Amino acid sequence: MDFGYSLSKSSTMKIENLENSKFKALAKLEPDATKCIGCGCCTASCSAGVFADMSLRQILLSLQRDCQDKYLPMLQNCMLCGKCMLVCPRGINTRHLILSICKIYGIEQ
Amino acid sequence: MAENIIIIGGGPCGLEAAKTLRDLGYAPIILEKKQELGGHLRKWDRLFPEGVQAKQVLKELTSGLKGIEWHTSVDIETIEKSRKGYTVTLSTGVSYNSPALLLTNGFKLFPAEKKEEYGYGIYDKVITNADLEQYFAKGKDNVIKKPKTIGFVHCVGSRDEKVGNRQCSKVCCATAVKQACEMKELFPDATIYSFYMDLRLFGRNYEDMYLTAQKKYGIRYIRGRVSEVSEDIDGSLIVKAEDTLLCKPLRLKIDLLVLMTGIVPENSSASLAQQLNIELGEDGFYKPKDTILEPCMAENNGLFMAGACTGPKTIPETLSEARAAAVQIHNYLNKSWISGIL
Amino acid sequence: MIKEGKVKIWSDYQKEIPDDHWFYVRSCIRQNFFPAAEVTFLKILREELGKDIYETPRHTTCGGIAYHLECIPQETQMTIIARQFALMTEAGYENYTCSCVTSFGLYSETLETWHEMPEVEAKIRENLWKSCRMEFKVPKYLAHTSDLFYKFRNDISAKAKYRLVNKETGEPLKVVEHIGCHYAKMFPSKGVGGAEYPYVLAGMAESWGGNIIDYPERRHCCGYGFRQYHVKANRGYSLSNSYKKFESMEPYHPDMIITNCPGCHYFMDRWQYVIAEQTRKTYGQNGYGIPVFTYEEVAGLTLGYNPWDLGLQTHQVAVEPLLDKIGIEYNASEKYLGTGGKLICTPEFPMSIKCC
Repeated sequence: MDFGYSLSKSSTMKIENLENSKFKALAKLEPDATKCIGCGCCTASCSAGVFADMSLRQILLSLQRDCQDKYLPMLQNCMLCGKCMLVCPRGINTRHLILSICKIYGIEQ
Repeated sequence: MAENIIIIGGGPCGLEAAKTLRDLGYAPIILEKKQELGGHLRKWDRLFPEGVQAKQVLKELTSGLKGIEWHTSVDIETIEKSRKGYTVTLSTGVSYNSPALLLTNGFKLFPAEKKEEYGYGIYDKVITNADLEQYFAKGKDNVIKKPKTIGFVHCVGSRDEKVGNRQCSKVCCATAVKQACEMKELFPDATIYSFYMDLRLFGRNYEDMYLTAQKKYGIRYIRGRVSEVSEDIDGSLIVKAEDTLLCKPLRLKIDLLVLMTGIVPENSSASLAQQLNIELGEDGFYKPKDTILEPCMAENNGLFMAGACTGPKTIPETLSEARAAAVQIHNYLNKSWISGIL
Repeated sequence: MIKEGKVKIWSDYQKEIPDDHWFYVRSCIRQNFFPAAEVTFLKILREELGKDIYETPRHTTCGGIAYHLECIPQETQMTIIARQFALMTEAGYENYTCSCVTSFGLYSETLETWHEMPEVEAKIRENLWKSCRMEFKVPKYLAHTSDLFYKFRNDISAKAKYRLVNKETGEPLKVVEHIGCHYAKMFPSKGVGGAEYPYVLAGMAESWGGNIIDYPERRHCCGYGFRQYHVKANRGYSLSNSYKKFESMEPYHPDMIITNCPGCHYFMDRWQYVIAEQTRKTYGQNGYGIPVFTYEEVAGLTLGYNPWDLGLQTHQVAVEPLLDKIGIEYNASEKYLGTGGKLICTPEFPMSIKCC
């Protein structure tokens, strides 16, 4: 029956029985993947991010929460210029990390 | 004969101050309301950042008390100020006189049950940082049974105007990082989440602890305050928060939740302040004469204060203040005797 | 779950509820949806407990729905409330009780506003004088009507003919209690048991023989939320909130839901049909829903009142399986008879959720 309204999809991330083997694989390959402190320097100075969506900070978090589908396409905007690597206060090799994410999550660069 | 100096509070601060005063030639008297000396240190297992055993520090502080008089289970009835200094009378009728008085009555941990929405004392699997230290010390607990998912909640009773505490408790972030790593050592298969508002890792080597927690132990830090906890049918807990860096609400099912209870003024502070005419800050801690230049001195003559009774502090900070206060008492008495005030 | 912890909180949040002499105001919507709830409230207080409770046909809405939908300003809404207080003062009462949780929230909010800002109260007094030539005293005590039944729960229990117990097994029924948001979420100290673990309905259910279920989404709103339901574009959110609650309570297999708020009774009852239509899912046993009751209806049932006199035939979710479980006698053929024994009509039964 059409009531003209229906159940809304919950926006809550449910973190239980989280099967996160991909992120584990990434962390093994890139131990620095867990080091991000969410400062946002990468996004702020991103050459691509000024014109298109690109935020490595958000991508990294979404991978940990296993809600990456919406975030992964951003990687295609990356130009691998390396500016983020230059500004990262935690010294993360972001270019290498981005390439590893693409490899593990099957994103074409 | 050596002059008596009364110290109210026999925790790390009182003990260290007493020793310094003794070494300066005084006869300190420690008055402690609890049954034993040592304060909160007695409840702790290891101390950040290196994980030194609290027992070890406690042993160091409570040994070599020669020349120091101390009384435990003490109940102070009145404190009177005279031209000659202070007279403290206990409920047993015994009085002590001292030309100067040192307050080191410390702090208390925020009573976690006041944050009703977290269900401490209602949901079995909600414990506090102090409970966890007891578990570390004893190695057993009725609730902690091979947890697979563990949550830490920062700022419980801190930075929370709803419970009347606007202040940051300063030491809980470092404690939470330490405890999360210790849990991961004990339960390597567990996933550990830490819910924080800001991580305030201010001291030397503390940032390294955080980095180790992230990189070596894989602790997952979620920026967002836990809003509500409930119990599921299987006895596990359901935690609600927002991942504020992803801007998404989040629901997490866990086996154990540790509340990082903050530091609030000790109950006796308000009544001591009233008797001694000390001003209290909005946070309920004693206001010193000058927060920068005279943090250990009260407005009134001959009254000194040190340690966590003037705000949250780490143990090394407390010990430094204890020594500083002792030296200031010494200087004050020398000046007063020379000028004939006392 | 550590019961002592809850008992401690319950003892911290007790409010003073006078024993007698109340001025009573009704809810706007309850009489339509659960038509005998308020009548039963008055009947139990007056006839069973011998209390003095006064109501006047001159009282109106509190303005709550219009206020929450931003159709009237707060000043207007406060003046409406001031007029109600004037009626109470005129009738010589000091204790004010209202049937609706939205009203209770508004009365609490208004009294608090006047307490904090006496100049607002002065302005409202002026408004009321100009518009109605009336004057008022603020009530000495304000209570929601569920507070009164909470206070008298053991007196009701002492007179009860039935208990909330499965007659076959002797086991207490599993009861979900749902508290209206505006009962204590705004002012925790004004509600019995506070906001996180309210005791007002839990106390009644325990006293009458039931066992309370504490399920993860217990504190969640029923979803009515005025602007959710009344604006059709948002109505899905309203439905989704109730859905979230049903999904959360489902594993506990509750026998019944008791609520203390007009919107909550209505939506928790009617949405079960809508959810069944949209998802084919039902939450009771054998294709039925979980019956939803007002606390007055439950009190009436335990006292042995005829279920059809309590208006239970107007519920969407069939109550008969529960009546059978408790062993309450009823005559199925009289379900849809009006006064004088005349058949009013028989409703059309949905296919998605079983009804009687």
